[in-house]
Amino acid sequence: MSVLGAERIKLFSTKSPWWSSLATVVFVVGFGMIFLLTTASLVREDGPAVPFRVGVSTTQQGIFFGQMVILVMAALAITTEYRFNTIKTTFQAIPGRTSVMLSKALIIGLLAAVLGEIAAFASWGLGRLLVTDFDLTIRTADQWRQVAGAGLVFAITAIIGLAVGALTRHTAGAVTALLVWAMLGEQLIGAIPRVGDKIQPWLPFNAGGHFLGVGPNQNEGAQTGTDLPYNAWGAVAYFAGVAVVLFLVAVLVVNRRDA
Amino acid sequence: MTLLAVERIKLFSTRSPWWCMLAALAVTCGFTALITGTSGDDYPVSVQTTQFASNFGLMVILVMAALAVTTEYRFGTIRATFQAVPNRTAVLLAKTGVVALLAGVVGEVVAFASWGIGKVMRPSADLALNSAADWRHVAGVGLVFAVGAVLAVAVGTLVRHTAGAVTLLLVWALLVETLLSALPTVGEKIQPWLPFNAASNFMLMGGTPPPGASVVSQPYGPWGALAYFTGVAAAGLVITIVVANRRDA
Amino acid sequence: MIEAVGLTKRYGRTVAVDNLSFTVKPGRVTGFLGPNGAGKSTTMRMILGLDRPDAGQVRIDGKTYHQLDRPLRTVGALLDAKWVHPNRSARAHLRWLARSNGLPNRRVGEVLELVGLTSVADRRAGGFSLGMSQRLGIAAALLGDPQILLFDEPVNGLDPEGIHWIRQLMKRLAAEGRTVFVSSHLLSEMAQTAQDLVVVGRGRLIAQCTTAEFVDTASETSVRVRSPQLDRLREVLLRKGYALHVEPGVDGNALVVTGSVTSEQVGEIAAEQDVVLHELSVRRGSLEEAFMRLTGDSVEYRTDGQGPAGPAAAGSEDLMVAGGVNR
Ligand SMILES: Nc1ncnc2c1ncn2[C@@H]1O[C@H](COP(=O)(O)OP(=O)(O)OP(=O)(O)O)[C@@H](O)[C@H]1O
Ligand SMILES: [Mg+2]
Repeated sequence: MSVLGAERIKLFSTKSPWWSSLATVVFVVGFGMIFLLTTASLVREDGPAVPFRVGVSTTQQGIFFGQMVILVMAALAITTEYRFNTIKTTFQAIPGRTSVMLSKALIIGLLAAVLGEIAAFASWGLGRLLVTDFDLTIRTADQWRQVAGAGLVFAITAIIGLAVGALTRHTAGAVTALLVWAMLGEQLIGAIPRVGDKIQPWLPFNAGGHFLGVGPNQNEGAQTGTDLPYNAWGAVAYFAGVAVVLFLVAVLVVNRRDA
Repeated sequence: MTLLAVERIKLFSTRSPWWCMLAALAVTCGFTALITGTSGDDYPVSVQTTQFASNFGLMVILVMAALAVTTEYRFGTIRATFQAVPNRTAVLLAKTGVVALLAGVVGEVVAFASWGIGKVMRPSADLALNSAADWRHVAGVGLVFAVGAVLAVAVGTLVRHTAGAVTLLLVWALLVETLLSALPTVGEKIQPWLPFNAASNFMLMGGTPPPGASVVSQPYGPWGALAYFTGVAAAGLVITIVVANRRDA
Repeated sequence: MIEAVGLTKRYGRTVAVDNLSFTVKPGRVTGFLGPNGAGKSTTMRMILGLDRPDAGQVRIDGKTYHQLDRPLRTVGALLDAKWVHPNRSARAHLRWLARSNGLPNRRVGEVLELVGLTSVADRRAGGFSLGMSQRLGIAAALLGDPQILLFDEPVNGLDPEGIHWIRQLMKRLAAEGRTVFVSSHLLSEMAQTAQDLVVVGRGRLIAQCTTAEFVDTASETSVRVRSPQLDRLREVLLRKGYALHVEPGVDGNALVVTGSVTSEQVGEIAAEQDVVLHELSVRRGSLEEAFMRLTGDSVEYRTDGQGPAGPAAAGSEDLMVAGGVNR
């Protein structure tokens, strides 16, 4: 418990988590609204002919943005400790490195989850206020998942960021690897001739996006679910599995090497 | 000239540029090999597909260029630099010049290495550089890397914070531009004027597009696209120089 | 009580610490002495479980660092004053440390008061001067009221007042019965604070003894004599095989007898020869110089298996005279 308390104080006594939190919510809501408003006006003008629909998940199109900020925030939570050598002070105060890593994961995962819920429901709520001529009520279990699931996806995302940060111990390296992988690597791998389609479901951020029905490869109305090897919950379970494996490797490595 | 030498020494005496160059080359070429290897009759290799992965290299180069300034701020060496050479405009221009030149060279190496990989792995494919467009597809990569580096130096100097600058650049280049171009209707209109989109338009316009890329008519020709991208970078650089001259080091 | 047995640490091909064994006892200030790069900081990191020894182990009151429950209550350390997040306030830094070891929050205020940082406690640590950072580091070390304290070069970069303050603090902590282990590369600094010494060079142990013993054995002594019959005395001493040279001074020429020689021996020889003495004094060579001689050639010294180097060469004698400290 005391380790958790220490990590909580540590996280919130610098400015960057506050900035990241703000950025997460603002970006998610901001981009969600831009997307919602343009889509809504298009559908209003052209009717059902356009390949877009306006629904609950239209309000959630900014989520991937927030996920990127969460990745950076989580990676920074550990790389800055290495940069400023406070990791040595930390391990001096708490020699059990596994418990340090677990506490960090819990704190940052919890923060990410809360931010995910805030951002998702804020997007949805603001969307309902701004766009009244479409039905944005959350009714089905799928719609609940698409909105309330953001917290879970953000928490898993945070664990991945933390693990990669702990492995690289280097801010720029971790941030570059994470962002380029999530935003470019998975896209390009999915576009590899023939095999790309088969690999795509097993790319972690794609799986996470599938759970929420958002992300660069997802779209309201796009029938993505049909030929996938898993359903939405399978997708998020796989995403979580990747995070857990990465995290275990990170814990192992952190325990092995010199602080 | 001395300033250029100074910046060159500074850049190469730290490890991160080497890491970045290595990563840019390795990831891009590795991915090109992957694509070429999986290609076949249904997805033939073209000059453009060999450059499909150049975006990886570009992202790493953006990071390298931003780091070239943000690390100076982080370690306070920027003060030593401005103390040694009080003319900040000259310092920033020299730094930008050196970084851009390096980026350009890395770009050419990456591009021709990727093209070479295609040639070696698929000797039967038509990978000859016959037309001006073919040359642009390959050699243009270096130009884009160089201009991208200028933009990244500008962003790095303005933000002065590694994680912030890197996140801003990558999220902008990879996500914001994609999402904005994907907006219904307006997306198509904005798309040509998003700087990194313009850069890839410059590289890709004409010829057979790689799988997945949609062809949209553009308000400019390829060189116009590059001119626009360069214009944005130059504007960024000017703003940066003004700001750097005003504020405390 | 800190016990190190056979500690060894390699970084690639550098052997930073080489089969190092020593004990640090409670109730005294123990100096950890060695030139730059001798492996002092590496040893301290291994004591704190930060770096893993390649061989050997170090125990704190019989336990390894990892076995300590709430280690800050047992061991406090200041290894590097800059190990603080620059954007975190001094108070926040201490607060998370306190929380991590279940220490009450009021300890934070107490140690801040103790080191005199109360007025700047809420400012970001990145803006602190070196002296302030050092004080913050000491506050962190004292946070858990530990019985064992490690300080790595604590006086580096401090002003005279700060140095005095740290010395007094260390003495007081030892007087309270705590184990205080302080590293330094300055013997003169250690001579003022430490009762015991652990001396290392190139990662190996050179000596573990009290400071007084070390000063006695390690520093070259010489005997200075003035006499109206200087030439006679010189002949006799030379015949008996003593190394000496003449040193001009304001009060006339003097003889300086070097090597393993005591004032008693010189006095007795003079009495035998009926030589009148105007001065007979013992002086010690510079501590720094003696220290350099020992640690600089530590490898040679170890393979010889002898005591501290015998009669020094003429070159170092000059050095000794030039930089000599009369005691
Ligand atoms: N993390 C590391 N990686 C590689 N080499 C290291 C590392 N830490 C220490 N060394 C090397 O080990 C040797 C001992 O270093 P250490 O810092 O322990 O010396 P020191 O006695 O504390 O010196 P100083 O008085 O300068 O502080 C040096 O040669 C140093 O270069
Ligand atoms: Mg040291």
